[in-house]
Amino acid sequence: MAKTLPKTDVVVVGVGWAGGIIAAELTKSGLNVVGLERGKERKTEDYFMVHDELRYALRYELMQDLSKDTVTFRSQEKVRALPMRQYGSFLLGEGLGGAGVHWNGQTYRFLPYDFQIRTKTIERYGKGKIPEGMTIQDWGITYEELEPYYDKFEKLTGISGEPNPLGGQRSADYPTPPMKKSPALSLFNEAASKLKLHPYMMPSANLSQNYTNPDGISRGACQYCAYCERFGCEYGAKADPVVTVLPVALKTGKFEIRTHSNVRRILHKGGKATGVMYTDSTTGEELIQPADIVVVTSYVFNNVKLLLMSGLGKPYDPASGTGVIGRNYAYQVTKGNAAGFFEDKEFNMFAGAGALGVTLDDYNGDNFDHSDLKFIHGAAISLSQTGMRPIANNPVPGGTASWGAEFKANSVKYANRFLSVGGQGSSMPFQHHFLDLDPTYKDAYGDPLVRLTFDFEEQDRQLAMYVSNRCADIMKEMGANHIDQLKSLGPYEITMYQSTHNTGGVVMGASPDTSAVNTYAQMWDAENVFVVGASAFPHNSGYNPTGTVGALAYRTAEGIIKYRQKGGMLV
Amino acid sequence: MADPNQTGGSDNQKVEQPSRRKFLVQAGYAVGGVIVGGALGSLIRRDKKTETAPGASPGEGAAEARNYNRALMFFNQEQLNIVSAATERIFPADDAGPGALALGVPFFIDHQLAGEWGFNSREYMSPPFFAGEKEQGYQGRLKRREMFEIGLREMENHSQTKYTKGFTELAPEQQDEVLRAFESDEVKLTTISASGFFKMLRSSTLEGAYSDPLYGGNADMNGWRMRAYPGNQMSYTDVIDKDFAVIAPSSLQDHLSAH
Ligand SMILES: Cc1cc2nc3c(=O)[nH]c(=O)nc-3n(C[C@H](O)[C@H](O)[C@H](O)COP(=O)(O)OP(=O)(O)OC[C@H]3O[C@@H](n4cnc5c(N)ncnc54)[C@H](O)[C@@H]3O)c2cc1C
Ligand code: SF4
Repeated sequence: MAKTLPKTDVVVVGVGWAGGIIAAELTKSGLNVVGLERGKERKTEDYFMVHDELRYALRYELMQDLSKDTVTFRSQEKVRALPMRQYGSFLLGEGLGGAGVHWNGQTYRFLPYDFQIRTKTIERYGKGKIPEGMTIQDWGITYEELEPYYDKFEKLTGISGEPNPLGGQRSADYPTPPMKKSPALSLFNEAASKLKLHPYMMPSANLSQNYTNPDGISRGACQYCAYCERFGCEYGAKADPVVTVLPVALKTGKFEIRTHSNVRRILHKGGKATGVMYTDSTTGEELIQPADIVVVTSYVFNNVKLLLMSGLGKPYDPASGTGVIGRNYAYQVTKGNAAGFFEDKEFNMFAGAGALGVTLDDYNGDNFDHSDLKFIHGAAISLSQTGMRPIANNPVPGGTASWGAEFKANSVKYANRFLSVGGQGSSMPFQHHFLDLDPTYKDAYGDPLVRLTFDFEEQDRQLAMYVSNRCADIMKEMGANHIDQLKSLGPYEITMYQSTHNTGGVVMGASPDTSAVNTYAQMWDAENVFVVGASAFPHNSGYNPTGTVGALAYRTAEGIIKYRQKGGMLV
Repeated sequence: MADPNQTGGSDNQKVEQPSRRKFLVQAGYAVGGVIVGGALGSLIRRDKKTETAPGASPGEGAAEARNYNRALMFFNQEQLNIVSAATERIFPADDAGPGALALGVPFFIDHQLAGEWGFNSREYMSPPFFAGEKEQGYQGRLKRREMFEIGLREMENHSQTKYTKGFTELAPEQQDEVLRAFESDEVKLTTISASGFFKMLRSSTLEGAYSDPLYGGNADMNGWRMRAYPGNQMSYTDVIDKDFAVIAPSSLQDHLSAH
């Protein structure tokens, strides 16, 4: 029998960016919050030996232990789904701060087009532009309505940047000026300007200068140490929940964090949650944490898993396209890029920061005419300088052998003579891409793994080639002597790292028929359950997701405070 | 908090843990009177006299310094010899600098197989096992250490069958032939994929060439030096907007000794 603990106002499942923001905002407003996190404690002091490419980038020191929980994957329903036994395509966060500890900090806002993608696509191109099976839908909220929350997240994290000339309206400038421009960034910037494109410095959570945020939290400037993506920041410069929102929540005295707590069920009665059941992974004991409000912030896969395991919300049925839990899984199309080799120029690419880069949105969203193109949306195109660490970065010009004397000579020769321009391609949902529970494989607690059914579509293949060609145009202008680019986008493979930008499964919207939560992340089927994260995105834009996750979390916090006072559905 | 006992060795009796605040102020990591957190804050400060840890790179003065890391945790001698010969073909010494052998790659691989990575301990190894599509990734039941045992034995078998000589006795071109036969799956194995094994051998060779010397490869940071990679540096703030310039490399051991 599970032991029942004293009741709390709010229980938060998973303590990353989404859970951390909710915890800080709710405790500041006076609510008592318990945060259950299945990983371990983390603090900046842990990163004394962090400049270790093998341990952190290649052995995944900070990522979820796959021996305990993973997902299964198949390209389509006819194929048997098999477990992701080793890391590849995406890297899951675990422990305090979640993936926010080892992210890059590239912090974008989505485009106004994104939030009304269906309406605006039909307006400009007609219904025929949306192919059979593509389930894009408006988000139930506009960019203008979300703008104040973007601003909040940017001030929390101290984003360093300059306005995107092709982005939505901003109510305020970025809180800190852009990062420093390296010679490689300048080269890209000049080439893009010559091509009459609109480059701007990538919005960065790495901090161009020391910064104190509205919560009174101070962080030092980024040292461009180049061990950022997949690493924790030993300076506490990179915005991460552990150095921003969590201390704020803890200072109120109303936040209790319990690590090593693996939540397995949301308990509910009569359409309302009563709390959660979890296992203390250090003792194996099952515990019940009663709460008035349950907030689920355990990332896309576990958000879907918890709802399905708990029988909350109608499971998605791909055959009929009805039901909502597991619906509209989407990802990111990252292979549209161009690699340039330079014979007589060397670049300091050993240095860098997670969000050091120059970006342009001329080929993103609906910023360009798609009338003659066989895809919608597009990609942010960037040159980023995140640090070319030597094990993972051994680029050689196409045609070079992959080992032996020729490989070694070229990999050493081009180690500092290589630049890459790449697109962060948007990803549209399709009726047959979804998440559900695997019938065969189990996690360490005997619960099913989440099953992912996904592949690239013609939309993605067209988009990737188009974006790759635009990247090559810029690389040519940059003066590369040899350019290699994408030949064709093959099938989706779970073995190769692309991005940890999984989206959908518990999407938001205006109607309970096509969404699981409203625009306050409140479940249509259980008014005191809020499900926050990229799981709420009805599609994924041509950017990294976390700026939008943060904005939605702030809006949700506001909604929960309102709900606490008045009850009922917020929309 | 780093545990002083875990730094090992006999030179750390004099560990002194200054207040974090004091250290941060000394190091100038203060923002408008507010102390900014950082890993620097918890660094164990060593007595200056004990700055050089044991096992430091040979060439650096101390003639008596021996590298006790150069012994085997997993391979037997025959396996070590095959791995040595094979990785040197994958990453040979040339005018630019040392190859796998001189960098200590075989010892690196041996040490890795003896630990977590060799046991696939943080990976999903639960049954049932089914052959899948390429896009679904590795679906075997064997651990990396088992794959290495099988792969090396099969390289030896293939060499004997084709050339009636052991792999290490073959001419370099013949060794390349064997490796290519594995790389292309021309060699058919029942328990493991020959190309999967080759891929693992290749990627662990690069890991051994370029990981921090603490793992037994990248001897004396010569892998890094060869490609002008500076290793572990505290800050590039002053060089990030400048043209490329070579910076002498620094290792995690340097980092530990310096603080
Ligand atoms: C290498 C890397 C680089 C990235 N770079 C960028 C970038 O530059 N820009 C960007 O926008 N995004 C980036 N991302 C993505 C970004 O990290 C995520 O979007 C973001 O951190 C998600 O926050 P979250 O709170 O929704 O989820 P997470 O950070 O994943 O937090 C979820 C937490 O829930 C816990 N949890 C899960 N299941 C349970 C359970 N059953 N019980 C209890 N706890 C549970 C997990 O342990 C985890 O700590 C990157 C990701 C990676 C991996
Ligand atoms: S690059 Fe900057 S933000 Fe990233 S880990 Fe290094 S110092 Fe921290």
